[in-house]
Parts: sequence; C-alpha cells; structure tokens
Amino acid sequence: MNDQLLVATRKGLFILHHHRDGRWQTAETHFLGEPVSMALVDPRDDTLYAALNLGHFGVKLWRRRAGAAEWEPCAVPVYPPQPDPLPEPLPDHPPAAPWSLQQIWALEPGGSDQPGVLWAGTIPGGLFRSDDGGDSWTLNRPLWDRPERTEWFGGGYDAPGIHSICVDPRDSRHLTLAVSCGGVWQSHDDGASWDCTSAGMEADYMPPERREDPNIQDPHRMVQCAGTPETLWVQHHNGIFRSSDGGAQWQRLFAQPSSFGFAVAVHPLEPDTAWFVPAVKDVCRVPVDARFVVTRTQDGGASFEPLDDGLPSPPAYDLVYRHGLAVDATGLRLAMGSTTGGLWLTEDGGEHWQCLSAHLPPIYCVRFG
Amino acid sequence: MPHITFAAAIQRHIVCPEREVVAPTVGAALEAVFALQPELRGYLLDDQGQLRRHMAIFVDGHAIRDRQRLGDHVAPGSRIYVVQALSGG
Repeated sequence: MNDQLLVATRKGLFILHHHRDGRWQTAETHFLGEPVSMALVDPRDDTLYAALNLGHFGVKLWRRRAGAAEWEPCAVPVYPPQPDPLPEPLPDHPPAAPWSLQQIWALEPGGSDQPGVLWAGTIPGGLFRSDDGGDSWTLNRPLWDRPERTEWFGGGYDAPGIHSICVDPRDSRHLTLAVSCGGVWQSHDDGASWDCTSAGMEADYMPPERREDPNIQDPHRMVQCAGTPETLWVQHHNGIFRSSDGGAQWQRLFAQPSSFGFAVAVHPLEPDTAWFVPAVKDVCRVPVDARFVVTRTQDGGASFEPLDDGLPSPPAYDLVYRHGLAVDATGLRLAMGSTTGGLWLTEDGGEHWQCLSAHLPPIYCVRFG
Repeated sequence: MPHITFAAAIQRHIVCPEREVVAPTVGAALEAVFALQPELRGYLLDDQGQLRRHMAIFVDGHAIRDRQRLGDHVAPGSRIYVVQALSGG
C-alpha cells in the first residue's frame, strides 16, 4: 500500500499521510495560494516534484529531495526560438500556438533503469526530457517536428497538450503518449521516432470525413496496466476505448450511466479492471441526474457497475478532472478529487468510499507515492 | 539613470529591490537586472523573450508598446514600473 497521497489543487499542494489507525490526515501544505498543475513522487528516489502554473509569472517546477526540509527550484522546459514569423496555418489546420510553455500537464519518471530521467508533457504540445532530475530539459524534436503536429488543436485549453505519458515497464525506451487533441503516439526507440496509434478511435465532434482521423482524436486520459502493458485504457471525449494489443487497435466501449468523463484508472495487475467517473456529456459536464458515482468494469468493458457507497447523496455536481483519479500499487486503494474540492478514498477497489475533505480548492491531480 | 520598480506581487516569489540601471530601452533595463538576478527572467518573459501575457510595464506612466522586443525608449530620468496585469487573475 502507498501511504502518502499528493493532492495538487488550484491553490496549493496538500500531502496526506495514512495513520496506523486508518485515518488519513493532511500532514503538509505547500505553495498555498498557487496553482499546482501536476505533482509527482519519483519512485526511484522518493524525490517530490510540484509543477506550478502562476497566472502572471509562468510555469515553475520545484523539487524536494527525500529527507530534505526545503524545496528547491528546478529548471522548467523552455521551447527553442520559434520561426519568425510563425508559418501561416495550412488549410484545415488550426493557428500555430506560440512556442512557449503554458503548462506542465504530465510529469512521469523514466524507467527504473534510467535514473534521473523525467518526461514532461506540456501545453502547447511539446514533450520534454530531463536526464538530471529536472536540472535541465530538452524538447523532443522528432515529435515536435512531425508535420501532423500542426493539425493538433486545443481541448479545454487554447493550445494542444500532452497529458498522459506511459513508460513501458518492460522497456523504458517504449513510450506511449496521449494528446488533447492529437491522438495517441508511440515511440519504441526512446523518442527518436514516433507513430500515431489511434486506430479505432472515433471523434463524433468532427465532420464525418474526419471522425476516424487518428491525429485529431481527443483522449482525455490514458493509462497502462503495469502488469499487462499491452492493455491500455482511454477515457476519450467521445467515450471509453480499450486496447489489448498495445494500442494497435482500439475498441469503443459503452458504460452506464454515461461513457463521457475525463479520468480513468486501471488496476495494476488485472488489465480487465478499470474505473471511470462519468458525467452527462461534453456539453453538460456534471454527474448524470446529479448522482455522483464511480463506474467500474471487471470484465474488460463488457459491463460496468456504478459505485457510490460513501459518495455524496444527490444532488452532487462534482466533476473529476483527468488526473483526479489514482490507484495505488495494490489495486485496492484509490483516491479521487473533484473540481469542487471533494476528496475521497477507498481501500477496497471502490466498494466503499470515505470523504477525506469536502472543502479543498479545485483538485487537479491526486497521486500516491 | 532610469529607475526600475517591481510590484509587490512579484516580491512574493523573488525579492527584487528597486534599482538604478544604465539602459536606453526597456529591454536593456531588464537585462541589466537579469544580470544581477538571472532567476527573475522566467517570471517576466516567456520562452521567446516576450513580456508575459499577463504582465505589464509602464515607462513614465505609459504602457510600453513593444511587448515583443521591449524596444521602448527610456530616458535617463525615466521611472519604469513592472507590474502584474489584472487579466492574469
């Protein structure tokens, strides 16, 4: 079990600890008042990372080494000089976003055989790599320079962004990314080359001719089963998709009360077990009938069951954003944080939930570590 | 010499005292400060060296016009104010 929970919010980072008597308590508060877009505990050395998105002063990244009392500033990813002027968009292409960091939207450690390696997914769509624990960053040009990138467009933000990065536990050189809105991309050579692997996804929000275009799909969140890495789950703008062949082909699945949402978590050992937090649909992002539930499948998406024991009674309008649902290494303990500041935890795979707080700032990300 | 002042909101993150700088333009004035405090650059300028979207700089009471290259002229007695724009929340 992971007994530390990071909660990154609109107004600070909260760290909760699990006590022997079963209680979870907020043990630490950091960056109070500042938007924390992403947080990470590096499992290789227990270093904490917090990415801030200061409204006026840009993106910052802070690090706290294991055992250290103080945070220290890291370098942030910096885009290289952009063409001047930026090229005019081609027909059917969105306007080019400035080559300037807007948000760290994903932060993942490299493999256990890659000490110091970090991957950062950003808005406006660049993937950055650090080889020194955040002291320096390099833009992955093979992906950034792909001509297809200029067709990506923003989903929820003005510019596109990489929000999900899966490092294959069998091979650290194999990376799988999800982009809103640019589909799923994979590299098998440590980022030297990339392929778009969104076949089977559908985008009902696009004109009919473009709905199956792999490069304009909007996966809201993608997760990979640690024990069976060829199984990937995506909560897409248009519903739920699953791949059991490493992303070569995706199957659309249908859940009740809704297939729309942002978050997904997959059991680390059981590839057919995954959790979602549904909302009505894209034009009405609240729980169906104001009944806040988690849906779980244990059969690969053939069926879904709503779980709500311990969750608020209707009416409840909590929405869980893409990084607001996390599962620990056992697959039994999950945490969930909402955009209205509710934080819940389950110790039994979602059968029962306990409310840890109903009054936090809007929650962007929960993460065990 | 031009005099440069930073708003209190910036001081929350980086203490940056008022300074006298020798500089003919806003950009040169900022570079003079960055030479003393390099960590301040990323708080004021974006990746392309432009003034951040939700920042503002006033020279003798007038908002600068060149937010990209920061070429607005400053006179020896100018007073430069670096402030946050309320558009940033």
